[in-house]
Amino acid sequence: MTRTSRIVVALAALLLLLLYVTPLWRIELHAPQYPEGLGLRIWVDQIAGANPNDLNSINGLNHYIGMHAIEPDDFPELRLMPWLLGGLIAGGLLVALIGRRGPLYAWLQLIALGAVAGLVDFYRWGYAYGHELDEHAAIKVPGMSYQPPLIGSKQLLNFEASSWPDLGAWIAALTLAIGLTVAVLEYRRARVRSAARRAPVRRVAATAIA
Amino acid sequence: MSRRTIRNLLVALGLIGSATVYASCSRAGASRVGDTSDAAQRVYVSPGKYDEFYAFLSGGFDGQVGVYGLPSGRLLKHVPVFSQHTENGWGYSEQTKAMLVTSYGPVPWDDAHHPQLSQTKGVPDGRWLFINGNNTPRIARLDLTRFETEEILEIPNSAGNHSSPFVTENNEYVVAGTRFSVPAPQRDVSIERYKEDFSGVLTFVRVDSATGHMAIAFQIRLPAFDYDLSHSGKGPSHGWTFFTSYNSEQGNSKLEVSASQNDKDYIAAINWQQAERCVGQNKASSEPARYAHNLVGEDGIARTEWGASVKMLTADACPGMVYFLPTPKSPHGVDVDPTGEFIVAGGKLATVIPVHSFRKMQKAIADKAFSGDSHGIPVLKYEATLAGEVQNPGMGPLHTEFDGKGNAYTSMFLSSEIVKWRLEDFKVLDRAPTYYSIGHLMIPGGDTRRPYGKYVLALNKITKDRYLPTGPELTQSAQLYDISGDRMKLLLDFPTIGEPHYAQALPAEMIKSKQMRMYPIMGNKDPYAVTSEMKTKVERKGRVVHVTMTSVRSHFMPDKIEGIQVGDSVFFHLTNLEQDWDVPHGFAVTGANNSELLMMPGQTRTIVWVPQRVGVFPFYCTDFCSALHQEMQGYVRVSPRGSNVRLAWNTPGAPQPGLAMADDDHEDHENGKGDHQ
Repeated sequence: MTRTSRIVVALAALLLLLLYVTPLWRIELHAPQYPEGLGLRIWVDQIAGANPNDLNSINGLNHYIGMHAIEPDDFPELRLMPWLLGGLIAGGLLVALIGRRGPLYAWLQLIALGAVAGLVDFYRWGYAYGHELDEHAAIKVPGMSYQPPLIGSKQLLNFEASSWPDLGAWIAALTLAIGLTVAVLEYRRARVRSAARRAPVRRVAATAIA
Repeated sequence: MSRRTIRNLLVALGLIGSATVYASCSRAGASRVGDTSDAAQRVYVSPGKYDEFYAFLSGGFDGQVGVYGLPSGRLLKHVPVFSQHTENGWGYSEQTKAMLVTSYGPVPWDDAHHPQLSQTKGVPDGRWLFINGNNTPRIARLDLTRFETEEILEIPNSAGNHSSPFVTENNEYVVAGTRFSVPAPQRDVSIERYKEDFSGVLTFVRVDSATGHMAIAFQIRLPAFDYDLSHSGKGPSHGWTFFTSYNSEQGNSKLEVSASQNDKDYIAAINWQQAERCVGQNKASSEPARYAHNLVGEDGIARTEWGASVKMLTADACPGMVYFLPTPKSPHGVDVDPTGEFIVAGGKLATVIPVHSFRKMQKAIADKAFSGDSHGIPVLKYEATLAGEVQNPGMGPLHTEFDGKGNAYTSMFLSSEIVKWRLEDFKVLDRAPTYYSIGHLMIPGGDTRRPYGKYVLALNKITKDRYLPTGPELTQSAQLYDISGDRMKLLLDFPTIGEPHYAQALPAEMIKSKQMRMYPIMGNKDPYAVTSEMKTKVERKGRVVHVTMTSVRSHFMPDKIEGIQVGDSVFFHLTNLEQDWDVPHGFAVTGANNSELLMMPGQTRTIVWVPQRVGVFPFYCTDFCSALHQEMQGYVRVSPRGSNVRLAWNTPGAPQPGLAMADDDHEDHENGKGDHQ
C-alpha cells in the first residue's frame, strides 16, 4: 500500500470515532395527534428518544397494542457495540500500520459484516417487538403486527413509522466506501505491478518504441 | 380541510366582512369608517397559522383574563385569576385555594380591570402580566410562560382598587389607589364624617426584578377623594405616577350629582422617587395592617403569608412628593404619551381633552406656580401645566392610547367613538364609531414607550343589536380597527368572555417560544407527587384519607379503593404521569361539593371529597385524553361510619379490595379468597 493509501485508511478508521457521538439509525413516528412527531434514535450504546420524553411517550402509546416497553437496558448489544466499534477503529489503524492489502480486505469485510449483523439484529428486535404482543392488549387488530420497517416507511394504525439511517450509519458507509476505494486502487496498482513483473521486456520494448 | 372548503370559508368571511361594512355605513356613513372591503383578508388567519399578537383582555366582573389572538380575535385561553374556575379546579384544589385568601377569608371572585404587561425600559418584556382586583383590593401577577396566576397580593387601607396596577417603566413598582375613600385603618365611624375620618390611600408595590414577587413598599395617605385611574411616567417623566381623582367635593352620597359640581378635580402627580427618599429618611410611620400575600411556591402549591404593617407617608411628612394638577370635570383615564412628555386626561364630563405637559409641570413646581392648596397639598395652576386642549373631541372622553407616530386615540363613551388626534397641535384628525359605548381602548404597546401602532382595539360595554340576541343578558365585545393609514378602518368585531375592561398586547414572537409544554415529572416537588404507579397508596389518618393516585393514558392507579367511610375527608392527590405535550387528565368524583381537577402533564393537583352516603361511586377522567378515555374510570367504595371494611386499593403489593378482613356484609368472596375471621 502506498503511503497515501495508508494515511487514507487511518483517517477512514478514525472517522468511525464519530459514531460514538452521532446516532446510527432513526425511527420517526407521525400521527394526526403528533404533527411534531415522536422519534427514536439508535446510538452505538443507547436507544433514546429524539426528544427527552419521546421514548416514554412511545412506550405509553405502545401499551395500547400490548407491545413490550422499550427499555435500553434490555439490549445487551448496546453494551457490546462500543467495544466492537473500538475494535474496528483499532483494526483500521493496524491495517494502516501494516500497510498490506490482505489485512485491508479483512478489515473491510469486518465492517460490512458488522453492518449486516447490525441490520439483522435490528430486524430481529423489530420483529420481536412488533409480534410479541400482550394478548390482553386494549387494541387488537386481527392479523396486525407492528414491526417497524427495516428501512423505509409504513403505516401502523394511526402512526406512519419511518426508519432511516442516521448520520452515524452514513459515516460508517463513508468509511466503508473510502476503504473500498483504497482497496480497489491498491488492487489495480498491484495488478499493474505484477503484470509489469511478468512482462518486463515487452514493457521496455514498448517504452523504446514510444 | 380541502382547498374548496377553505375557499368557501373565505367567501363566507368576505360576506361577513361586507355585511359589517354595510351595517357600519348605514349607521354612520361610509366616509366615517373608511374602506373596509379588504377587512376579511386583514383579519383572516388561516387554519393552522398563528396570530401576530397575543392580546390579554381582562374579564372585568368575570374576574379572569381572556387571551386572544390578534388580528383574528380568536380566544386562546381563559386564565382564572380572582374567580374560582371549575374547569381546572382553580381556587378549589388544595394547591390553588390559598390564592384567593384575603384578610376577609377566601374571596372567590373579583372584578378584574386593568391588565398590565411587565416592562423593561418602558416596553413590554414578556415576563409577567399584572392585574388588579377592584372589589376586595388585590393585585395579581401572571406568569407568561405558563399563562397561570402565580401571586396575589392584598392591598390594605384600600377599597375599590381601580387605579391599579399600572407599572413603572422597569417594573420598579405596580401601584394601587383606592377608588372609594374609607377610614384607613377601618373603624366604626359615621359615614357623615367622610371629610374628617376618611382618606384615600395610594400604594406602591415593589416588584422583585428577578422573581417578580410583589411586596408593599409604602403607602401614601391623601385626602378622601375617589382615585380613579393612573399611569406611570416614562422617559423624562419616569419617577412619577399620575392618579386621576374625582369627588374633590367629598360627597358621600348620590355621587352622580354631589361629585359632579366642581369644574375641576385633580390629577395627583406622585414623585415616587421622592417618596422613596422620605421612606429612606424614616419619614414614613409604621401602621398596623393585616393583608394576605399568596404565592405559588416551587412545589406548585400556593401559600398565604400575612403582612402585619405598612409604611405610611403623608404629604406633610414628605414635601415634594405630591402635587395636584387641576383637570376638568371628574377625570377618568390618565395616559402618558410614548415620549413621557404629555399627560392626557379623560374628563368624562368635559367638553375638551386636557393635555398636561410634564416639562411645564416641572417648571411650575420650580416656580411655585400654585393656585392654592387642597388639604395641604399644593395645587398647580391649570394654565401653568397645560400643554393644550383638544377642542370638540366628542362626548365622554375616557382613555387615550398612542400609536408612536405622534397620534393619540381617545375613547368617547357617550358619543361611542374613537377619536384620533395629533399631539403636535391637538387637532382632531379622524373619528370612527364603536358599537357601543366604548370604555378602554388598546393599541398593542399603546401605553408604553414603543407602541406597535398597527391596530386599535375598542373594548365595548354594550352590544345591543350587534350579534344574534341571547335573551336579556348580552355579550360585551371588542372591535379591531386598522390604524396603519390616515383613516381608521373597522376590521373585526368579536364577542368576549366577560367584560373586556382594559387590555394589553404584545407581539407573539416575544413569548411564543418560551411557552412551557409540561411540568418535568422529576422536578415535581408536591409532597404527594409520585413518579410511578407502583408508589401509589391510600393512607388513613383518623378521619382523613390521603389517596395518592396517578393518571396516565388511559387509567388511574389505583382505580379500586375500599375502606372509605361516610364523612371522611378524602384527599385525592392526582399526579399526571404523562410527559407528553397537551395530554392533561381530569378527575371528577360523584357528589364532589367543589369542582373537578385538571392536571397538566407532570403536575399534581388535589381535591377534597367528603362522601355523604354509603355506596360505590365512580370517578373518571374528564379531559378527553385518548382513544380509551371513556375507559379511564374507577370506583371508590364508601362504607358506613365505623365499618370494619379495611382500607384496600389495587396497586400491586397493596392490601387488595375484596380480600375483606372482618367484612360483615355478605358479599361474595370469589374464589374463596375472602379472609373470614
